[in-house]
Amino acid sequence: MSILKSREAQLALAIAILTAGIALRFPAFVTPANLAGVFNDTSPLMILAIGQMIVILTKCIDLSVAANLALCGMVAALMNGAGVPLALIVPAVVALGAALGAVNGLLVWKVGIPSIVVTLGTMTIYRGTIFLMTAGKWVNAHQMTAEFKALPRASLLGLPVMSWVAIALILLFALVMTRTALGRAFFAVGGNPHAAVYTGIDVGRTQCAAFVLSGALAGLVGYLWVARYAVAYVDIAGGFELDVVAACVIGGISIAGGVGSVGGAVLGAIFLGVIKNALPVIGISPFWQMAISGIAILLAVAFNASQSRVKGRIILKPAEA
Amino acid sequence: MQPVLSLRGISKSFPGVKALSDVQLDLYPGEVTALIGENGAGKSTIVKVLTGVYQPDAGTITLDGQDLRFPTPDAASAAGVTAIHQETVLFDELTVAENIWLGHAPRGRFGLIDWTAMREGAKRLLDSIGARLDPDARLKDLGIASKHLVAIARALSVDARVVIMDEPTAALSHKEIHELYELVETLKAQGKAILFISHKFDEIFRIADRFTVFRDGQFVGTGKIAEVSEGKLVQMMVGRSVDQIFPARSHNVGEPVLTVAGYSHPTEFADIGFTLHRGEILGFYGLVGAGRSEVMQALFGITRPSKGACRIGGRVAVIRSTAEAVEAGIVYVPEDRGRQGAVKGLPIFQNVTLPSLGAVSRGGFLKMAEEFKLARDYTQRLDLRAAALDQDVGLLSGGNQQKVVIAKWLATKPRVIILDEPTKGIDIGSKAAVHEFMAELAAEGLSVIMVSSEIPEVLGMSDRVIVMREGRIVAEVSGAAMTPEALVRAAAGIEEAAA
Repeated sequence: MSILKSREAQLALAIAILTAGIALRFPAFVTPANLAGVFNDTSPLMILAIGQMIVILTKCIDLSVAANLALCGMVAALMNGAGVPLALIVPAVVALGAALGAVNGLLVWKVGIPSIVVTLGTMTIYRGTIFLMTAGKWVNAHQMTAEFKALPRASLLGLPVMSWVAIALILLFALVMTRTALGRAFFAVGGNPHAAVYTGIDVGRTQCAAFVLSGALAGLVGYLWVARYAVAYVDIAGGFELDVVAACVIGGISIAGGVGSVGGAVLGAIFLGVIKNALPVIGISPFWQMAISGIAILLAVAFNASQSRVKGRIILKPAEA
Repeated sequence: MQPVLSLRGISKSFPGVKALSDVQLDLYPGEVTALIGENGAGKSTIVKVLTGVYQPDAGTITLDGQDLRFPTPDAASAAGVTAIHQETVLFDELTVAENIWLGHAPRGRFGLIDWTAMREGAKRLLDSIGARLDPDARLKDLGIASKHLVAIARALSVDARVVIMDEPTAALSHKEIHELYELVETLKAQGKAILFISHKFDEIFRIADRFTVFRDGQFVGTGKIAEVSEGKLVQMMVGRSVDQIFPARSHNVGEPVLTVAGYSHPTEFADIGFTLHRGEILGFYGLVGAGRSEVMQALFGITRPSKGACRIGGRVAVIRSTAEAVEAGIVYVPEDRGRQGAVKGLPIFQNVTLPSLGAVSRGGFLKMAEEFKLARDYTQRLDLRAAALDQDVGLLSGGNQQKVVIAKWLATKPRVIILDEPTKGIDIGSKAAVHEFMAELAAEGLSVIMVSSEIPEVLGMSDRVIVMREGRIVAEVSGAAMTPEALVRAAAGIEEAAA
């Protein structure tokens, strides 16, 4: 039973029970094709949740991810319209996203502004920049090249490229977080910033690195999002940063920093993805869907809080001793 | 003269520690009694007993001939016993009058606060201590000295008969200290009994009428200041039987490893210079706030000195960050282990390897097997008691967390290790283990700097002792000159001539 003590295992079990419950009434929901579809739909959320998880680990938060995504998506669409080849667009938007993340990180590191304030500000600035670039005009499907739109949907070994990108990033970041000095530094900075300083870890620089990673992932998702939905405008992914934070919280990432995992963030995203995809299938009114998502988030957080409550020391000896 | 407040036979134990053992204390109206003793003598404990924070295990408190109990701090202040603490606890956003009356504000009709009475009362209290402050001023607009006056007015607002001042001058400038002395005179004239706790001999002789000395939680003696010399007081403070056993050391001191010259900081220390040799334990003694930890933090790259140079192994070392200090071979085990030591949430082995990740990486990736090996090597050396190395470090006891922090630093293979109050707050058994281990490190050729406020530890472990006072080195003693009296004199600033 010890495996069930891990938060990831508990969350995976909750997802399995939820899916099984839905399957009892709607067997079609659990066909492999539909489950693959749910996974693919949830890919952007998973990727962004990984970046957010790293930021939250370092006691910060990145509320600008969705705005960053929208700005990078728009830049990708405009570059495509200007005839730039796709092989340049993708690295360019990843770099742009990383640079936007670096703006957040530098303001937190060098100016010492709390991250919630910094990213609330940049969130508005990044959205505003899209408006300035386009005067509010949309870039529609017919203005995009077929190649630009096709990449995320292209099928490889039965799964769309978007899903493969998510899988590759999950594996890459699982490795970074557990097997590199930088990954270890993220945990140390959030777990005990004072001790991290005494260990020779620069807290501000580590936090900045977290924002850069979160930004780079947002930039990549920006292209995937615009290409998949074949439209770019000011308000794409509006409010999506809250889903990203919610996925992290559901995934057991401590808002106080220092506790979390790639697996938790991904499972948190899948949990939200299953609920969002299942509610329309069950036929619940869209008006209720938001409330139900919110209740699921609160329940998950309440559960996490009850799990992490400090247990008393074992002072009494067992009776038989 | 009859004492207004008398304590007799007071004892207080905490698990594993006897903080007070059968002590007595008398306070007289219109007189200042200085309570003198080293760190750990029981001064803070007796203050907490007097103010109702702690309940004594035995003994009596007599106020005006009546036996009393102070089950709560409120009961103590209702009886007229009030304390002004080292760090005054006040509210920046409230007015002077509100700060003085918070918690016991005069009430008017319907139980609402009577602002007029509150302002007038505040004015009266402030006048009585000669403070010309506006009761409606916000506290945040006042200077430190004025805030202190507000704290004193607050202490007097409960109709105080006994005023306890716990190191009141620690945070004040020269001019402010002078004003405080005048205030103490005013309070004496009003017939208050004052308990004055201080480490500074000059001010004890300046304002106290009587003294009481505690040592190791026991009453040593009491008397009138006019009838005692500084030398006699120092002797009463430190004259202990050496009951702690320290490990035997060979005192094999090698070539210089670390040379510091002219280290200065704009506000914290000035002109610090010393040499540390291979295999040496160098003690740093001084009162709390003498600047010892600040010097060590500068050496470790946490703060930067404004002037001065530091050489390691003959080469000039520029240390601008903790990472550079570790690189140069200096490591620092901080005093505050909980806040600055272990990273809770990370398992033991990851705590140990945190500063050595480069050494256990291949091609940018950590090798878990090597991490485990490094952690196992050093935790075994320190005899760490843990169920498993992948256990969360937060589940360990204080002494074992200390071992993890020390193991972490030894794993970086340093040349100089700085231990800041290495045995503070740990039990006697663990203390002996830490001492044993320090002696082993020195014997292996590591150079150790030990910052400590405990005289027996400093004398028992060090080859040489440097004494700091007010941010400067005031004495360096070694060999036969290393006596408790010499350290206390230098730290408190007592001239040789006064002996």
